[in-house]
Amino acid sequence: MSGNKQEEDPRINGIKTKIRVVPDFPKKGIMFQDITTVLLDPKAFKDTIDLFVERYRDKNISVVAGIEARGFLFGPPIALAIGAKFVPLRKPKKLPGETIFEEYELEYGNDRLEMHVGAVEAGDRALVVDDLIATGGTLCAAINLLERVGAEVVECACVIELPELKGRQRLKGKPLCMLVEYR
Amino acid sequence: MAPAGKEDGQDPRIPKIASSIRVIPDFPKPGIMFQDITTLLLDTEAFRDTIDIFVERYKGKDISVVAGVEARGFIFGPPIALAIGAKFVPMRKPKKLPGEVISVEYSLEYGTDTMEMHVGAVEPGERAIVIDDLIATGGTLAAAIRLLERVGVEIVECACVIELPELKGREKLGEAPLFILVTSDAA
Repeated sequence: MSGNKQEEDPRINGIKTKIRVVPDFPKKGIMFQDITTVLLDPKAFKDTIDLFVERYRDKNISVVAGIEARGFLFGPPIALAIGAKFVPLRKPKKLPGETIFEEYELEYGNDRLEMHVGAVEAGDRALVVDDLIATGGTLCAAINLLERVGAEVVECACVIELPELKGRQRLKGKPLCMLVEYR
Repeated sequence: MAPAGKEDGQDPRIPKIASSIRVIPDFPKPGIMFQDITTLLLDTEAFRDTIDIFVERYKGKDISVVAGVEARGFIFGPPIALAIGAKFVPMRKPKKLPGEVISVEYSLEYGTDTMEMHVGAVEPGERAIVIDDLIATGGTLAAAIRLLERVGVEIVECACVIELPELKGREKLGEAPLFILVTSDAA
């Protein structure tokens, strides 16, 4: 999938053409990668999920952790297909009951990612899923949460990478699998 | 927690689904018994069965749209959409969707909120189901129905894992039927 151009799966171009780029959202200068148009195309959406499922189905993954909210669109179908539990990683105060949190930096200020205590166990093999990797801050927070409870993060999986923001380098050495680059 | 769907006789998968849901008292505030579906998502068989029951019901019914309400509707909607070959349309809080949107205001217990949908996501004449994890007062689902009907979509049914029947959410859905797996007390 990523970085292996000669053998690029023929489904990937179909997915790439469905991603809609919206200029100046949420603010001027940002070219927003809108995946909702992929979800409107049943074949493109299915191909996206299939590509990840084919990669992970025989890797003994027991947890798929999805980052709110667009990670919730891709994580559960992958989890269901590979027989793993789905664990939502959420903004503060959304998860009821006992949680642990990890802080991460935004352009201005900080935010927090929360996970339920007991959702993930020591020894679980985990995937982290989000629609896109930009700076990698959110994914790094997710990796930290999972590692704190003794899970092994096998890989991060994103539909889109913005390589110029070098998010790949913030993943604590964990590999990244992505389908589409946007430069 | 009680299994629903009695008119077909009880689906044998439902008791396990019901027991996988965790109830958290006094969240988000005192007196509320919060129905936590995250424990259902940790039970691979229960999650699989939940999706299968919805898919069996909606496959082959010419449904081209699955609309899911942010955020927990995003967990159940896409697997159903994928399995029945429909598109998935996210119904979101304000300012999350880029590009052109239509919006509707709806009442909360205190104050109002706004729900948005992308312009062009759905077309007149399409047949849709609306998914959320739970129906309480029905305000959120009613808002989703209004947005979809405004652009000429036919609502075939609303589908939720859990209903809190005391809150009479069903009454807010107009003509749209409601299908649920499990009922529970609100407080």
